[in-house]
Amino acid sequence: MEVFIQQLINGLSLGSIYALIALGYTMVYGIIRLINFAHGDVYMVGAYVGFYATTQGWGFLPSLVISMVVCAILGVVIERLAYKPLRGAPKIAVLITAIGVSFFLENGGVLAVGAKIRTFPNVFQEVQYHFFNGSVVITNRQIVIMVVTVLLMLLLQYIVHYTKTGKAMRAVSHDTQAAMLMGINVDNTISATFAIGSSLAAAAGVLVGIYYNAINPYMGIMPGLKAFVAAVVGGIGVIPGAFVGGLSLGVIEALVSGYGQSLYRDAVAFALLIIILIVKPSGLFGSNVREKV
Amino acid sequence: MLLLFFGLVSFGLEEGFIDDYYKLNLFLICINIILATSLNIINGMTGQFSIGHAGFMAIGAYGSAIMTMKLGYPFPVGILVGALAAAIVGVLVGMPTLRLKGDYLAIATLGFGEIIRVIILNIEYVGGAAGLNGISQYTSWEWIFFLTVATVLIIKNFMTSTHGRACIAIRENEIAAETMGIDITRYKVIAFTMGAFFAGIAGSLHAHYFYTIQPTTFGFMKSFDILVFVVLGGLGSLTGSVISAIGLTILSAFLQEYAELRMVIYSLLLVIVMLVRPQGLMGTAEFSFAGMRRLYERLTGKGRGTGNDTAVG
Repeated sequence: MEVFIQQLINGLSLGSIYALIALGYTMVYGIIRLINFAHGDVYMVGAYVGFYATTQGWGFLPSLVISMVVCAILGVVIERLAYKPLRGAPKIAVLITAIGVSFFLENGGVLAVGAKIRTFPNVFQEVQYHFFNGSVVITNRQIVIMVVTVLLMLLLQYIVHYTKTGKAMRAVSHDTQAAMLMGINVDNTISATFAIGSSLAAAAGVLVGIYYNAINPYMGIMPGLKAFVAAVVGGIGVIPGAFVGGLSLGVIEALVSGYGQSLYRDAVAFALLIIILIVKPSGLFGSNVREKV
Repeated sequence: MLLLFFGLVSFGLEEGFIDDYYKLNLFLICINIILATSLNIINGMTGQFSIGHAGFMAIGAYGSAIMTMKLGYPFPVGILVGALAAAIVGVLVGMPTLRLKGDYLAIATLGFGEIIRVIILNIEYVGGAAGLNGISQYTSWEWIFFLTVATVLIIKNFMTSTHGRACIAIRENEIAAETMGIDITRYKVIAFTMGAFFAGIAGSLHAHYFYTIQPTTFGFMKSFDILVFVVLGGLGSLTGSVISAIGLTILSAFLQEYAELRMVIYSLLLVIVMLVRPQGLMGTAEFSFAGMRRLYERLTGKGRGTGNDTAVG
């Protein structure tokens, strides 16, 4: 039982990070139907920006904000340079461009900062809280991760539901053509989506740096793919779905590792993806979209 | 012409004109041609976006290595078993996943590729993370040459056959193809299985040339490399796949010393080609001698240029 609760806690903090990345995937997919493979690498860039900001002596919150702003700009630049010219091009071309951008960021990152693993500065002195006679441990880092995730999630819900940009995003995602006819600036709306999604990924990057204390230029690949899995599990294009999907993926992974099968952790994530795709392709929270002829 | 080339290279290898470095790259080119053309059946001809091709290659490599190394069968049996094992997994993977479309299929195949890698990583019998070492080097120039030529010819013939045309119809418009009475699922599975089969052959050639195989060799990066060949050459163009497999292998040989730079150039190249020519260098055009003559006539001013973007085809 203690093992279960411990892994549940670890899983929820890992899952929060997946959820933050998954939100960006799901928003971008919801609006332009693109699996933005570069998203995982934006998360990596976010971690590095956070790393440099904290080594400059900035505190946790300023570093987080700087990282989010830089990545928001990066996201918009990627969208404008690589994806916008391809609007209307075959889907495969766009998907491959996304993979290309992803590899560009990874290897450009290696060129720029070197391939070695960096140790993230200790922003918080680790404090451990013990429960159940010390058999269950929760650290203040895990609490910070979960709190920041929930706050960002609430902020996002507010943006999407109560601001003009958010309403435009929902309209474009529902029907791009009609939104355009209604006078919504689709290009700007898509850029805003990329900016918000990328800044959430950046936040996840900083949090993961704090949690694991180590970052490297290839760190975006696996979490990126898994966050996509999380987005699909929750129903891609559905924001609460990405949150739930991320958390459940994190918990499942932690449980698999906790019960001694850590080598199969990645396989389990992808097996989950395939099962969901086969059984309910629209995801847990999605609704079926009929194909138009 | 092919025989002449084969003879020249054999002569060069025997007399030592072609040293080990060139030999390595020549072999890599051949393996990459097989991989690129086999993925082209799935992605190019049938329009199913698969990005887990390295998984099939891994099965071929491990399957054949187990046969020759652990069980002591001769090399041809190894190749055959490796390829068949990959094909069987191809059917198993294809049946459920090919119901998915576009992006979802891409991500599912990616998932399968990773699952295959993780499973191999966890089997002690094949060395786990350390991989299999001490595989005999059976892959000779004769083997690799004839298998490459055979692969390309078989795929070429398949492409112009009834079945191949059915696959192309699926690529062009799935719903229309189904309305015309084409059994889409069947053809998708056929294409998928064929692609896996030839990837398995490439895998066994790879294993029996490099003595050693590791699960990490067959990760997402490898799948991506193969995908780049196909996309850069033009989805649906065998000639394109062959040309880009040759070109990119040579390019990466030159950039060997700058591994990161190589990937940066690779990815930039990919993005630029997609932006400028989303259909790839060759589009769906194929090399043919008639096309070459038309091109020649146009260049020498005998024929009338039509202003098409490519005359090859």
